[in-house]
Amino acid sequence: MKLTGAQVIWETIIQQGTNVVFGYPGGAILPTYDALVDYQDRVHHVLVRHEENAALAADAYFRATGKVGVCMATSGPGATNLVTGLANAMMDSSAVVAITGQVASHLVGSDAFQETDVTGVTLPITKHNYLVMDVNELPQVMAEAFYIARSGRPGPVLVDICKDAQQKMVDYEPITSVQMRGYRAIKPHGRQDIPALLQRAKELIDHARRPVILAGQGIKHGNAHEEFREFVEKSGIPVATTLLGIGVLSEDHPLNLRMMGMHGEAYVNQAIANADLLIALGMRFDDRVTGNLKTYAKNARVIHVDIDAAEINKNVPADVGIVGNVKDVLRELTPLIEKRSYPAWMEQINEWRADTKAHDVLNVELPEDVLLAPHVMRAIWEETKGECTICTDVGQHQMWETQYFQHTRKNQLITSGGLGTMGFALPAAIGTKFGRPDEEVWAIAGDGGFQMSIPELATVMQENLNIKIAIINNNFLGMVRQWQELMHNHRYSAVEMWTPDFVKLAQAYGMCGMRATNIKEAREVIRRAREHNGPVLIEFVVEKETNVFPMIQPGKSLNEMTRRPIQPAALGGGMQFMKEKAQ
Amino acid sequence: MLIDRIEARKNPTKHTLVALVENKPGVLNRVASLMRRRNFNIESLAVGTTEDPTVSRMTIVIDASRTNAALVERNLYKLVNVIDVQDVTNLPTVVRELALIKVRVSDAQHRGEIKQIADMFQSRIVDVAKESVMIEVTGEEQKVDSILNVLQDYGILEVVRTGRIAMTRG
Repeated sequence: MKLTGAQVIWETIIQQGTNVVFGYPGGAILPTYDALVDYQDRVHHVLVRHEENAALAADAYFRATGKVGVCMATSGPGATNLVTGLANAMMDSSAVVAITGQVASHLVGSDAFQETDVTGVTLPITKHNYLVMDVNELPQVMAEAFYIARSGRPGPVLVDICKDAQQKMVDYEPITSVQMRGYRAIKPHGRQDIPALLQRAKELIDHARRPVILAGQGIKHGNAHEEFREFVEKSGIPVATTLLGIGVLSEDHPLNLRMMGMHGEAYVNQAIANADLLIALGMRFDDRVTGNLKTYAKNARVIHVDIDAAEINKNVPADVGIVGNVKDVLRELTPLIEKRSYPAWMEQINEWRADTKAHDVLNVELPEDVLLAPHVMRAIWEETKGECTICTDVGQHQMWETQYFQHTRKNQLITSGGLGTMGFALPAAIGTKFGRPDEEVWAIAGDGGFQMSIPELATVMQENLNIKIAIINNNFLGMVRQWQELMHNHRYSAVEMWTPDFVKLAQAYGMCGMRATNIKEAREVIRRAREHNGPVLIEFVVEKETNVFPMIQPGKSLNEMTRRPIQPAALGGGMQFMKEKAQ
Repeated sequence: MLIDRIEARKNPTKHTLVALVENKPGVLNRVASLMRRRNFNIESLAVGTTEDPTVSRMTIVIDASRTNAALVERNLYKLVNVIDVQDVTNLPTVVRELALIKVRVSDAQHRGEIKQIADMFQSRIVDVAKESVMIEVTGEEQKVDSILNVLQDYGILEVVRTGRIAMTRG
């Protein structure tokens, strides 16, 4: 059939199974928005208030559904505004297709109005990108874009389409399979002798006495939760997860030690530091996970399974490196290994764990007028019984959420990991709500990150999205302040933040706004927010200068972590600020 | 300085990668961008067409003492437009480089000497001017380095080298 380029865009999106597009119109993308009028019954367009948030929402939509997230923007500033969101999707391996309008093909290169070399700008932050100047290429390019975004290690693909290519007609037949010359979803370089590698892995596992599994997001992307649980339970090996790996195994599973790395609980990092075998599955040894590479788990052998060949031996050399989908690899590896348990090793880890628990801030009895972020996280977990999806922003609250919310559901946490994009939580919650309409969705952000995404409150109202927004307000850029306190000798620089009256702000948007300043109020507002059938914004006014511990300072080793300063509750200790208050 | 460069060029840590890439606009930019953002050091990069007009061939030389060659290979391989990558360093390979060298000549005697040198290197004089000659030399880098070294005394006015191209034998 004969279609315009613009119609081809919408046909492909619908054919690929995505029914929501986050975008913002403008001159060069006008033909596509014109065609949208005729597709509105099959695809819902969400008008965001800033293109960055369209990309972030599309990213979260992918994480919530496994379906490719789509965002759309016009040329020039519209497209450049997508950049942060695309970089976020690149770092966290999210399948996103970004469609941008470009000036008419005869104007390309002439510095035309709103012309930017968008494929040039986004080259290093996309898995691949295209500039389409000829409508005849468009059907194939659109199909390839979705295929590349979704397959192998997922990532963002940008398609920049000249205005005239959107307007011209082309013969269109839906493309059901894509054959590309260079691209393979899984591209191990050279031949891999999989049986020999698996045999070697089995031998390493057989001989291990203190093994730890490092579980990453690759398990999620490979939809390998079941295979992973079977492998864990048969091998009897404890699991530490990366930030993005949270949700690959329930956190109440006896073998799940929980999150590792810079702000992982001390016992988790102690286990890794003392391990004699690391089995890394779908993770990439980010520096926030390893600390100093020279001293990282130096007595451990390493089995590394990843879908991306370029991750093997990048940061940590692997004794056995397998390029493949975690699901396929585990299906073959699990039958080879023996059913085992490691009582002595687990006893040691549990000893470390007990020590960690004794230092927990939740054990400190708070004065009535004080609220700490960890208590807010715990209260949200308890009030929701953990039955919700959480979208966090970046910073202290993000780390406290990982520590004090027990994630028992599959892919329950959606957060910006690799790029650390402030302003992620609210657009992510919007994308998540479209992906999981029946789910209770919470956006948790700090006062800094939230102020980057305030405009999207209008989107929430326009779309009538039932999202609960929690702002953890300490009137500081808390994590930056923490670094300045600990690493820059307490010299605070540009971290103190004035904030608006968030309750009134919510009301200005016609949204229900609430505030809590102590734990009693916190529980009360969480309850009321959940009862309210509609969006709610809650400001939790927390202590200004508390730090996230434990912490491995950048470049330090796992065993050099700073522990929580709190004395065990039994000894009657408390936090420094409370001593000051008492005086 | 030239001697240093010759020493460096004899360095066995040099790796030669041959990449077949789709002959499309912007592919060279993608490869160059990858090298830059991963902080990979490349010594030379030669691009040209092949027997298949839809395929270009890149020969990339990297100093493996500063850059992990396997990582470069794997990252290159990830690019959507890259069809194949091969590290031919340890394979039987014919390696060639072409250089054009413009040498100062002050008198006829010099011109005769330079002609002799060119002959000894099985290279050709491709241009003769009043005060200079241009030599075209083909061979492995050491050969080009050697003739440059010999010609240095006469005064080298200009040099252009293509960078290495390579093809496995057989």
